[in-house]
Amino acid sequence: MDNNTIISFKDVYFAYEDSEDGKGVLNGVSFDIERGSFVAVLGHNGCGKSTIAKLMNMLLSPKSGKIYVDGMDITNEDMTDEEFYEFRRRIGMVFQNPDNQIVTSVVEEDIAFGPENIGVDPDEIRKRVDSAMELMGLRQFAKANPTKLSGGQKQRVAIAGVIAMMPECIIFDESTAMLDPDGRREVMEIINKLKNEKKITVILITHNMDEAAMADRVIVVNGGRIVLDGTPKQVFASVEKLRATGLDVPQPTELLYSLNNSGFSFPEGITSIDECADEIYKYYCDKVLNKNGK
Amino acid sequence: MLTDITLGQYFAGESFLHKLDPRVKIISAVVLLVFIFLASNAFSVLFLICITGALIAFSRIPFSTFLQSIKMLSFILIISFLFIAFGYSEEYTHKLFEVNVFDLFTLRVFAESIEKAVVMNIRIISLILITSLVLTYTTSPIELTDGIERVLTPLNKLFGLPVHDFAMIMSIALRFIPTLLEETDKIMSAQSARGADFKNGSIMQRVKALLPVFIPLLISSFRRAIELATAMECRCYHGGDGRTKMKRLKLVKRDYCFCVFVGVVAVAIVALNMLPDLTQLIYR
Repeated sequence: MDNNTIISFKDVYFAYEDSEDGKGVLNGVSFDIERGSFVAVLGHNGCGKSTIAKLMNMLLSPKSGKIYVDGMDITNEDMTDEEFYEFRRRIGMVFQNPDNQIVTSVVEEDIAFGPENIGVDPDEIRKRVDSAMELMGLRQFAKANPTKLSGGQKQRVAIAGVIAMMPECIIFDESTAMLDPDGRREVMEIINKLKNEKKITVILITHNMDEAAMADRVIVVNGGRIVLDGTPKQVFASVEKLRATGLDVPQPTELLYSLNNSGFSFPEGITSIDECADEIYKYYCDKVLNKNGK
Repeated sequence: MLTDITLGQYFAGESFLHKLDPRVKIISAVVLLVFIFLASNAFSVLFLICITGALIAFSRIPFSTFLQSIKMLSFILIISFLFIAFGYSEEYTHKLFEVNVFDLFTLRVFAESIEKAVVMNIRIISLILITSLVLTYTTSPIELTDGIERVLTPLNKLFGLPVHDFAMIMSIALRFIPTLLEETDKIMSAQSARGADFKNGSIMQRVKALLPVFIPLLISSFRRAIELATAMECRCYHGGDGRTKMKRLKLVKRDYCFCVFVGVVAVAIVALNMLPDLTQLIYR
């Protein structure tokens, strides 16, 4: 494993102890996540994608298989407490409901909660909290009560709280699912900012195709196995396979796919509206206008 | 509606009392509490009235607030006044009047008992006003929890009391009160939309109507608790051991001044207690 890999799953199996049918949640999952990349983990409800997130953060431990973070085996049970919290610090996590992850009733105190837990020096915490608030645009809310903020703002407080821990990787576990469209856009902008400016690895767990299409890499999980893995273009080109897992494809992809089925030949795996429009425009110029001799 | 409820009666402000260190406030409140109870004659309670007045002026909190709290106390005040005023002790010598109740027994009222009753009432009033002035009215709940945690930390070291855990529970409770109120409001609206009636009917019917509100609320609180615990774990929470705090509390001049003030009040009350009772002076 080279230094460029931040998280690595090696043939990981996992099952909840009280599961009735004895079927595992994860049935042999292996992948490496490159440092500084933006990876989307896609799947419908109950496919095991949240379990993958919880395994990365040591909230759960696998039944068999190994998980490495920065080359260190985090499934090792002899880990000291210090090592345990150090690795948990490196992988931050933002959850779905912003209300249920904010601990105190003052924004800046909540952002300070994580660093306080790992015993950072008070002056250093102050600095980290200030820079996290700056990055998230929360300056004017420093002393506010989080319950008075909007959903997107609350989620920003939660993200700032994770950033103040100086993680190397942040997992967004369905973090946009409960937000309105504005809140979603806010969070997606932040994800891009974190990746580009802070060089933080981002893992986005989602069932929203349009969000997944923004990633560098998409991993599709179904029935506890990885079914597709590649760039959004590659993954969304396999429309049939995605549908078989109960997932949809982004609307532009869907449109071109249907057109192709009725005899056109557009390239596969296009995910953005702009690209889709360009392709149709190109086709129109080539075929329709040229035919008329213009 | 429900979300407008403010708890803890905190009045945000920038007064001298607001800016005091919460630790100083908590300890001063306890000391003052003890010495207010020690005030036993007319002179020391007169002094208490002056102190209460001065603190009210300092706090810049509207005076009507205090009248309100006295009004809420009125029942206790009247009961305690009657009991002490009609009470009897061998030492009482200056009878003012007596009331004969249905020829069964005679209630005698003495000058001494009236004085005692008045002293007691003033004591209760200043006790409530001073402690709420120093603590709840001028300290935000979060500062208060923080202060309690820091003041009690020695108890953790001495007897292993879970002081940090207690403070954490308090602060999470404060954090979730508005969230749960909001949720109650939502559930009540949802139930009203389906025909639930919370306003009419007998008490039993109204209590029954609330049941479908509390059950979903309870269930969702459990779900919230689980999610919050997971999120806290993710942020490396593992109890109070090895935990630092961003906010450093430092005692400044005004804190020392207030400590001196509390000391002076304590000494003054003890000194004034040595003076004879008012009745003794009058009837001499």
